[in-house]
Amino acid sequence: MILVWLLAILGAAAAAAAIAGRWSDAAPRWIALAAVLADFGLTLRIWLRAGGALRAGGWLRKVDWSWIPSLGIRFHLALDGLSLLLLLLTFSLGAVAVLASWRDVRTGVGFFHFNLLWILAGVAGVFLAMDLFLFYFAWELMLVPMFFLIAIWGHERRRYAAVKFFLFTQLSGLLMLVAILALALTHRAATGALTFDYGALIATPLGQRAALWILLGFLAAFTVKLPMFPFHTWLPDAHTEAPTAGSIVLAGLMLKTGAYGLLRFALPLFPRAARAAAPWLLALAAVGILYGGLLAFAQSDLKRLVAYTSVSHMGFVLLGVFLATAAPAGSAAAHWALTGVVLEMLCHGFSTGALFAIAGFLQERLHTREMARMSGLWAVMPRLSGAGLFFALAAVGLPGLGNFVAEFLILLAAYRVSPGLAAAGAIGILVSTFYGVELVQRAFHGPNRHGWRVPDMAAREAWALAPMMAALLWLGLYPQPVVRAAGASLRQIEQALAPPHTAAARLRAPAGKGTAP
Amino acid sequence: MTGVPAIFGWLWLEPAIPFASALALLAVGRALGKRATAWLGTGAIAASSAVALRVAWSYAGTGGRGFTLPLWQWFAVAGFAPRVALYLDPLAVVMTLVVSFVSLLIHVYSTEFMAGSEGYARFFGYMNLFVASMLTLTLASNLLLLLLGWEGVGLCSYLLIGFWYPDEANGYAGRKAFIVTRVGDTALLLGLFLLFNRLGTLNLQLLMQRAAAHWAPGAAAAETAAFLLLGGAVGKSAQLPLQTWLPDAMAGPTPTSALIHAATMVTAGVYLIARTHALFALAPAAMSAVAGIGLATLLLAGCSALAQHDIKRILAYSTISQIGYMFLALGVGAWAAAIFHLMTHAFFKALLFLAAGVVIQAMHEEHDIFKMGGLRRTLPLAYWCFLFAGASLAGLPLVTAGFYSKDLILWSDYASPLGSTGLWIGALVGAFLTALYIFRLIFVVFYGPEREPPGHRPGPREQWPMVILAFLSMLAGFIDLPRALGGGDWLSRFLQPVLPTLAAGRVTELGELATDAIAGLVFFAGLYLIWLFRLQRPALTAALMAGAWPQRVQRFWLAGWGMDWLYEQALVRPVVAAARTGRNDPADAIFAGAGALTRGLNRGLSFWESGRVRRYAGWIAVGAIVLAALAVLG
Repeated sequence: MILVWLLAILGAAAAAAAIAGRWSDAAPRWIALAAVLADFGLTLRIWLRAGGALRAGGWLRKVDWSWIPSLGIRFHLALDGLSLLLLLLTFSLGAVAVLASWRDVRTGVGFFHFNLLWILAGVAGVFLAMDLFLFYFAWELMLVPMFFLIAIWGHERRRYAAVKFFLFTQLSGLLMLVAILALALTHRAATGALTFDYGALIATPLGQRAALWILLGFLAAFTVKLPMFPFHTWLPDAHTEAPTAGSIVLAGLMLKTGAYGLLRFALPLFPRAARAAAPWLLALAAVGILYGGLLAFAQSDLKRLVAYTSVSHMGFVLLGVFLATAAPAGSAAAHWALTGVVLEMLCHGFSTGALFAIAGFLQERLHTREMARMSGLWAVMPRLSGAGLFFALAAVGLPGLGNFVAEFLILLAAYRVSPGLAAAGAIGILVSTFYGVELVQRAFHGPNRHGWRVPDMAAREAWALAPMMAALLWLGLYPQPVVRAAGASLRQIEQALAPPHTAAARLRAPAGKGTAP
Repeated sequence: MTGVPAIFGWLWLEPAIPFASALALLAVGRALGKRATAWLGTGAIAASSAVALRVAWSYAGTGGRGFTLPLWQWFAVAGFAPRVALYLDPLAVVMTLVVSFVSLLIHVYSTEFMAGSEGYARFFGYMNLFVASMLTLTLASNLLLLLLGWEGVGLCSYLLIGFWYPDEANGYAGRKAFIVTRVGDTALLLGLFLLFNRLGTLNLQLLMQRAAAHWAPGAAAAETAAFLLLGGAVGKSAQLPLQTWLPDAMAGPTPTSALIHAATMVTAGVYLIARTHALFALAPAAMSAVAGIGLATLLLAGCSALAQHDIKRILAYSTISQIGYMFLALGVGAWAAAIFHLMTHAFFKALLFLAAGVVIQAMHEEHDIFKMGGLRRTLPLAYWCFLFAGASLAGLPLVTAGFYSKDLILWSDYASPLGSTGLWIGALVGAFLTALYIFRLIFVVFYGPEREPPGHRPGPREQWPMVILAFLSMLAGFIDLPRALGGGDWLSRFLQPVLPTLAAGRVTELGELATDAIAGLVFFAGLYLIWLFRLQRPALTAALMAGAWPQRVQRFWLAGWGMDWLYEQALVRPVVAAARTGRNDPADAIFAGAGALTRGLNRGLSFWESGRVRRYAGWIAVGAIVLAALAVLG
């Protein structure tokens, strides 16, 4: 039931914010913040009370209601360790997004927060849905409010960016819908029952050819969202033109839905097809790591630079996901890779979310994102510049901060599969140094050439950034609780990758039992 | 374990105190006054040094065993479970003592040196973060934690080189240092992957045991792993081919150059190889490479030092050259000799930099030695410090620390089973160059006519650390006095449990005393020659430098053998050009193409939908005729 509450709180707060926005600008902000923090607290409470259930695997909480019985569609939500961690990321970045747009958004405040909360509800729905139709529903739910966010509150080229974003995600989403329908119909042909339930569909007997085609439909949606080279080109435009909150949510959360889709659906549903596709995706991941890093280095727009770093970092995520299929089933390397993927998702969410927040804070003050117009800001705002340095260092994979642990685990697994891939990834980390120090130099170091006199970081801004700093340090120095929380979920995914019969049976067992002990 | 001194449980304080003070200084340092900042920054290092000394005191009675202090489980994923744990053995004891005490002296010096600078708290914050990282590096029980310290010191180096950030050149030098060292770190990272995948652990002690158990000498895996670690070491320790960053790193404040870019961080590569010497012992090709790199670097950098004008760049090339000696020692398996030289070098090179800082301050930030002169009388302390430290660096026989540590290396090059007469002669040539370049500096700066009267004079907080380091530069050699000279080689024996002394050396015609004597002769030859050319008959220098070829060679050495130019052309420009060319994202062309195609189709189709009824009627007629024609002709 608590899972429904998580979504209902967001939905209700969205409506309340829209209504309150008619009278007050402050009220929607406080309503949104309260709702997101309430959800964060509720999710955290599940974690703290989970105890041994997390280690045992299976679902910590679930809801399974009939929704459209004639089509076999159910309102089925379930939460395991993986979803739990991603929900915590969703709600913490949601709070950051609200705080970061406190002064950034001044028009249509009510409708803005209505959209923001809808997006968060959609993202949370994606991380919870266990019925593929419901999953698609949540997937599309994120899309329209994000389109509005970019198109209404965005920057100069917002219309172009919004339409591009919409076309890429909508078209790829439709391919996924076709794939979902194909999977459900194949399942009905084999068993006679029409269902969209994850636990049932995972056992669908599929020929390799059919599996590959259906997998491609899912991959279309997930790799565009992730994004994978060369489908990333919507991202720099969308991230750059979106308002600060939009960039934070896009980079911090929406990209993660692509990664989550790969982990939860693409791999377990089509293990053999995924293994067949792995060499191609691994190659594209390596290309993306280097391509994104190099292009980030060449950008002059601060937000665009950060956007390209996402292409590079999500390349690591893609690498990790498909390393898990390329490594021998059930091997340690597969577990390193997937653990690295989860850590990278969280750390990238915090470090990139924070960098976008900082870009937004700078834009509020300087009214520009051009780094050529910045330079020497350390002299006038040492605190905000110091924060910028910190998050840039997280992005370059400095040991002691979370991204390092994530990338180390992924590359350790890569080395076992192919030392060449590990070398490409290690060079990717080197390339990250290029853009990291470039960012710090052009924005914060150097002479204060343009004579800026602007206030340093305000308390509200510090409150948005400090928890993310703490989180990155924690994930860098003691990520064990997160590793443990994700462990059982990842083991189940790995088991699904093992030879077909045993895997499906093992995966279905906990899902069928309902709430795990 | 029985008999573990209780103080070892407090080992974690050594890095933790500087780390905590760094956090405090960086977070709220601006709110503190300069006095409080100086006390907090220096006090933390003093406390850490006190712990190090106390630990060393207790350690001396334990007979050279290794102690592990586990702190916490960093993470544990499917058999990969690195711990955050410290490891104490003789090597760690020596390293921590050197690092913390040299840091303490330099911190005291900095409280005065940096007093007039912006960002006083930021300076001490970065410096203390550096000390914390360096101590983590030296105490780490596994390679992953070592890497954390390793990257941490690299970060602090980058931040401190670019400390005076309003000058773009400083930022450039900092970025260059960070990126070049991280090129080496890429190899190191791959080395870690290889070692873990083959041997199943990153714990240094286990790793060395397993390497020896699993790999035969010369095994491909051992060679590859050793070469990858060497890649990291040459980056950090500024050896060929990654030495280019260190001369530029002199853009940082002089205490930073003394601590990070002379005494401690740049020797991290030496420490890494000494720490993993059991692996290197299995990799003869890698060992030859270490020795070869060391020899080539020490000669190249020695020549370059001879051609510089900038007082700090002379010292920077000297550092590169001296670390070359350490690599040379490592390459012939003289592990303890490398650490001995690391220690004495930390003292005399730190002193040279601190004294250079005094000179530079007195000369109003002038770095060019040819704009100085005659400072012997007006800056007597700096003069005597330069003389002591320079004599130690060049190896004045019998009374300086540098003589003993360098001679141990020279002797090992000659006598080690891995050594050769060629290496020995190369190292002697290097010693000759050392005497030339350092006394060239001393004679130019402190003798001759006075060109500019000095301004600022050092206060007591600058003077006392220099005096202490001057004593150490002289006396530290006696802790490893060779037996041939009636000494007890205490340091080598203390390090013996970790760093075994050489197996029976090859049969040599010369004894250790004879090689010592030859080294002494080389020192005096160099000293005489530069005295002749600089002080006695300066006309000789003028005559020599009048030729076209000497000038060409001088320019070539001044530019560091053209390697910066080569890297600029071969690597930096192509990468930057590729990035610039691609900045508008060529991959987007695919989708822009799709968009253009759609628009084109749209335009094409809308031609037919003009809304003009007459045109529709016309086209219907055309169509009907065509159809009719087809029907008739078909």
